[in-house]
Amino acid sequence: MGRMVLVLMVSLAVLFGVNWFLAEYIDDYVIRVINLCGISIVLAVSLNVINGLCGQFSLGHAGFMAIGAYVSAYFTTTLRYFDEAEAKYVAIEPMFSTEWGFVPALIMGGFAAAAAGIVVGIPTLRLKGDYLAIATLGFGEIVTIMVTNFETIGGANGLPGLPAYSNTFWIYSFVILVIMFSYYLQRSTFGRALIAIRENELAAEVMGVNAARLKVMAFIYGAFFAGIAGGLLGHLQQTISPVTFNFMKSIEVVVMLVLGGLGSMTGAIVGAIILTALPEALRDVESSIGLPGVRMVAYSLVLILLMIFRPQGIFGQRELSLKLLRRLLPNRKGGE
Amino acid sequence: MLPLLETEVTFELILQQIANGVAKGSVYALIAVGYTLVYGVLQLINFAHGEVYMLGAYFSYYPAKWLGYVPETGEKPKVPLYLIGLLFLAAMTACALLGMLIERLAYRPLRNSSRLAALITAIGVSLLLQNGGQMAFGADPKGYPLFMEQEAVQLGPVALANTKIVIIVVAAVMMAGLHLFVQKTKPGAAMRACSFDMRTARLMGVNVDRTIALTFAIGSVMAAVGGVLVAMDQPRLTPLMGLLMGLKAFIAAVLGGIGSIPGAALGGLLLGVAESVVGTWSTTYAEAVAFIVLILVLLIKPSGLLGKAGREKV
Repeated sequence: MGRMVLVLMVSLAVLFGVNWFLAEYIDDYVIRVINLCGISIVLAVSLNVINGLCGQFSLGHAGFMAIGAYVSAYFTTTLRYFDEAEAKYVAIEPMFSTEWGFVPALIMGGFAAAAAGIVVGIPTLRLKGDYLAIATLGFGEIVTIMVTNFETIGGANGLPGLPAYSNTFWIYSFVILVIMFSYYLQRSTFGRALIAIRENELAAEVMGVNAARLKVMAFIYGAFFAGIAGGLLGHLQQTISPVTFNFMKSIEVVVMLVLGGLGSMTGAIVGAIILTALPEALRDVESSIGLPGVRMVAYSLVLILLMIFRPQGIFGQRELSLKLLRRLLPNRKGGE
Repeated sequence: MLPLLETEVTFELILQQIANGVAKGSVYALIAVGYTLVYGVLQLINFAHGEVYMLGAYFSYYPAKWLGYVPETGEKPKVPLYLIGLLFLAAMTACALLGMLIERLAYRPLRNSSRLAALITAIGVSLLLQNGGQMAFGADPKGYPLFMEQEAVQLGPVALANTKIVIIVVAAVMMAGLHLFVQKTKPGAAMRACSFDMRTARLMGVNVDRTIALTFAIGSVMAAVGGVLVAMDQPRLTPLMGLLMGLKAFIAAVLGGIGSIPGAALGGLLLGVAESVVGTWSTTYAEAVAFIVLILVLLIKPSGLLGKAGREKV
């Protein structure tokens, strides 16, 4: 535990420096892509706990993101809407009006999403495989439809005017947090039990694993960080709308996992970076050959070919970086 | 919070909405059979099925356009009846081929791998057709040739557009024909055998590969008919029109009991009516009906209304 805190402190200090360096010397567009990569990593690593470790195929991550984004925005943003009864425009001042409120707001968003994780997790416990996928997809769609109907938070037009609090420092702080938590989680009894459920639920139950409870906890964990990622994205883009969080977003995150290797955190990170940075890089290629849309076609083709020829993704269920690390440091006995 | 309509909700209005819902539901039913047939045989949610429906509309749009029935400006000429038949045939044939092609290229290599891999591939095919469609046809909405002048027909207490009546009649005929095909013919029996137990069916001499291809072809033909019918009623084609339609049709199939053709018909009609009736109060909440129905069905009776209960499939 002590080491964990130390690593955290050091990496935060480094991040602070990196953030300053980027803001000072690097092109805004590049920073933006780096930030988006960070948000994708948070999403992919958290979804990996539900889909990869626990084997519960969820397609509802965008729904959790939406909840996190809107709840955190509720705490930081002035809401302006037309009050029908009073027949005038109303503005609600935010609860946290300074930048200090950003992290508490994000965490509130995370908690709200985690609560939604319980709501989704418990009733869908009975479902497996593609039925679970389609039920969680349905949940995500219901969330966006509900948001569309709330005029107070912008309805279908979206909510503009979020303060630009997200920067490389905050985003990558949460990247480090989610990676550290998930790293320790994978090695904990909890993580082992999740893997046992994935491999054979019945056998896991026989060994004394409370599958129902753990599955819901996996949903809570994944949803919490998805909510944080939603909040980070909202305060990066400064505008959120229900369309941002439709089920294509969920599918995007799933594809990141599948590309990297479902069940591998390293895979999730690599998948998230590739699928966020590559489309940006291909944007120029696309306009230079004059075929708009070819990027997305290639994206879907890659997905199909990947499933046919390498369904386990780049890393499979392995964590390649750790092996590499051990090979580079041969004298260290016992690793952890 | 509910954005209520200005008009008063009367019994007549509800009846009217039910009638509209039947037309909507007939289309759901046509598409839902494609999901139900494929799921029955392969236990695969063919996510790309909604895109087959979308392409059905486009496959009939382009021949009509080449023949000059969709002018850039001015009044659209009416399409003669024999040509309407040919356009239907064109869409049906093209979609049948497309369905078989998808099965052959994307799903057959994965028949023995995990269901998850198959599911992700299906999502991939769906994305491919959507994005390919956007590249090939452009993202802007297209009009559609004029099959018939829209006019309201008074049927007792309700007035229904003549196009909607055509939808209901054609869908009913197609569904009945499909039911007869599956129940009375030899290929139909092979399909039922495969859906019951594929290994045993193979041992009994059923050509499983050909039967699966046939299943995809038939499902795609039904989706193509749905696509042409909807385009006739609401002439506004976009490459993304199959996305939500496909999801809702799948939900209709789950509601009726996946694997059952009468179930798909019933589920489609019920879903269409439920959406329309909720739409009386709020059109945005009507969009949520399907997903709420889905979650309720999965929680209460995952085998659906007419599905075979007992076997642990969920």
